[in-house]
Amino acid sequence: MHPVLTQVGTTTSFLSPPIDKAISMATMIEARGLTKRYEPAGNERRRFRRRSETTETTGTLAVDGVDFDVEEGELFVIMGLSGSGKSTLLRMLNRLVDPTSGSLHIAGQDMLAMDDAQLRTTRNSTINMVFQHFALFPHRTVLENAAYGLQVRGIPEAERVERAQDALETVGLGRWGHVRPQELSGGMRQRVGLARALATDAQILLMDEPFSALDPLIRRDMQSLLLSLQEKVRKTVVFVTHDLNEAMRLGQRIMVMRDGRVIQLASGAEILSTPADDYVANFVSDVDRSRVVTVEHVMRPPLITARGDEHPQAVLDRMANVEGGGVYVVDERDRIIGVATDKHLADGIALHQERIDSLVCDDFTTIEIGSRLIEVMPLVGRHSVPLAVTDHDGRLIGVIPRAALLNTLADNGRSLNA
Amino acid sequence: MPNLHIGDAVSAIVTWLQENVAGVFDAIAAITQWLLDVVLVALTGPPPLVIVVIAALLALWARGIGFAVFTVLGLLVVESMQLWTETMETLAIVLVASVIAVVIGIPTGIWAARSKRASVVVRPVLDFMQTLPVFVYLIPAVFLFGIGVVPAVVATFIFAIPPGVRLTELGLRQVDPEMVEASVAFGATPWQLLRQVQLPLAVPSIMAGLNQVIMMALSMVVIAGMVGAGGLGAVVVQGISRLDIAVGFEGGLAVVFLAIFLDRLTSAFPRPRRRAVAVADEAPEAVAVQAVPRVA
Ligand SMILES: Nc1ncnc2c1ncn2[C@@H]1O[C@H](COP(=O)(O)OP(=O)(O)OP(=O)(O)O)[C@@H](O)[C@H]1O
Ligand SMILES: [Mg+2]
Repeated sequence: MHPVLTQVGTTTSFLSPPIDKAISMATMIEARGLTKRYEPAGNERRRFRRRSETTETTGTLAVDGVDFDVEEGELFVIMGLSGSGKSTLLRMLNRLVDPTSGSLHIAGQDMLAMDDAQLRTTRNSTINMVFQHFALFPHRTVLENAAYGLQVRGIPEAERVERAQDALETVGLGRWGHVRPQELSGGMRQRVGLARALATDAQILLMDEPFSALDPLIRRDMQSLLLSLQEKVRKTVVFVTHDLNEAMRLGQRIMVMRDGRVIQLASGAEILSTPADDYVANFVSDVDRSRVVTVEHVMRPPLITARGDEHPQAVLDRMANVEGGGVYVVDERDRIIGVATDKHLADGIALHQERIDSLVCDDFTTIEIGSRLIEVMPLVGRHSVPLAVTDHDGRLIGVIPRAALLNTLADNGRSLNA
Repeated sequence: MPNLHIGDAVSAIVTWLQENVAGVFDAIAAITQWLLDVVLVALTGPPPLVIVVIAALLALWARGIGFAVFTVLGLLVVESMQLWTETMETLAIVLVASVIAVVIGIPTGIWAARSKRASVVVRPVLDFMQTLPVFVYLIPAVFLFGIGVVPAVVATFIFAIPPGVRLTELGLRQVDPEMVEASVAFGATPWQLLRQVQLPLAVPSIMAGLNQVIMMALSMVVIAGMVGAGGLGAVVVQGISRLDIAVGFEGGLAVVFLAIFLDRLTSAFPRPRRRAVAVADEAPEAVAVQAVPRVA
């Protein structure tokens, strides 16, 4: 509908690729100016209604000109208070709610130009949904529920049972296929809801407050399940919640909405450190930072490292210039071989060792990039070297001294921008 | 006030129908008669004892031993009152009229549930059908289909169809919107939505409708007797016209038995097929959680 806008949007996302993930990504969802105005109910109905505050002639502007992109494999969170238009926005993405205006591309296809048949195909095999109150079919078994999307697609029974069973196993319900959903607890029901969406192999999952009907402990389990699923199957997820801690825990990027508009779209850490306005600031004031901030924001490059083929004397000489009793020994690709402590180096020199790789010990701990500070806290300060931060291939990219960690947690987040 | 000749107009319409589309009504009459004959042969062909056994088995399957015993006793009483053939005739009328009412009523209910406009049109028609005194459409029915059992079936059908339509529509409209949304969100066609989700979830309501259809049909038997439909209606009418208390009472008793039997039988089916197994909340949750690797 707005070709010019669309053009601009695409270009922008190419010019400024997201920084936090190094994987090459395509834009899965591209929304421009998405708007929904609910018209007031028809006259014949309104005549009988006494309380008519909501039925002004203008209707309700539930979503008002929202732009955003979601990249492939991203877990994108939409957050806002009740009535801010989250559900409406989410339902516009698969056109359960038809936008009043704007443009929407899903996996490169113009969603608003589709006819009914194309729309059904897209809903069935590209963009699935998980519901707040689970929306499981009570007249079907758990397995039949999980197989629903495949049945709609017309997959033969044998194959659909097999794929649904796989999906149930993925969510840990492999043994529960034969029961009815009513017989399961809330957390288990939502696992079925998740399995139903996983079984179709759709790339995009829309989740409308999927865990808000669950009690807190189960909710955490479900968040963990979702995160671990993301590691394995990498869906593009749009996740609606009004719980900020949940948003911070799950979301790579978080879009904060109020009254149908986007107030801020940023990573959790950015929202914490630079809230766009008082509304957001209020929202984030009681968040536990250690659950949000990731190690990248705290680490610094190691002051010195050593190679395995270096002479112990040379390494010891360099260590003399910095504090600390040890040094990380890395191979030619920066992967950690071990730690050489000053004592071991001195012993090695006394024994006329030529290379330090025979002297290393494993007196160190590593953590992967992307981990939250809460996971780091018990690990720092245990060894002669600071905690090592590695990338996904095990390469040393930084260290976290205990002081830096304590500083960050004490300092109300200001050091996050450094 | 102008003098509106609505009655004359209706009369003219009936006359016009009689003269111009008699073929259609003859066809309807022939099909209905044929259906009745088939059902009647099935009910009165075998010896009564066979029917008693079949009815008892149905009762046993639907509700259990108590209902089966009641059924056997009831049918034996009917047989001993020498009203077997009349009861079976009435049963045939009720069954045929109900089947037609269901075959037409359920699709109409579906249509009304899917389209607001249809619902607006259908509702007053149903109200009209239900509240118009039965004799009023019995007369045109006789004109169009002649004296006998066919106009009785047609009048019974018209009288009995409204709850079938209403409860089908209601059942479909009451399906949880989230279920409908889930089905649509997975790409279901309108037909798949209806067949896989809405109709199964509306079954209890539709079955309640079926039960009411049959009860309404049964309540028409006496009136049906007045247009020469035979059956228990004729027995009761005979009792009334001759002021014969014994005959009237026996006919009435057979009707009551049929009513109880059909009501109990058809209201047995909305009940859940499987007993829900009580599952403790924590145990399965723990199992399920363990099966999934946690992210640290
Ligand atoms: N079908 C509808 N018809 C008319 N107005 C609607 C409809 N659905 C939602 N609205 C209105 O649109 C606005 C946004 O609603 P929406 O459900 O999208 O908010 P939400 O952020 O999902 O809220 P919640 O957290 O309560 O689910 C609200 O003012 C709501 O009253
Ligand atoms: Mg909502």
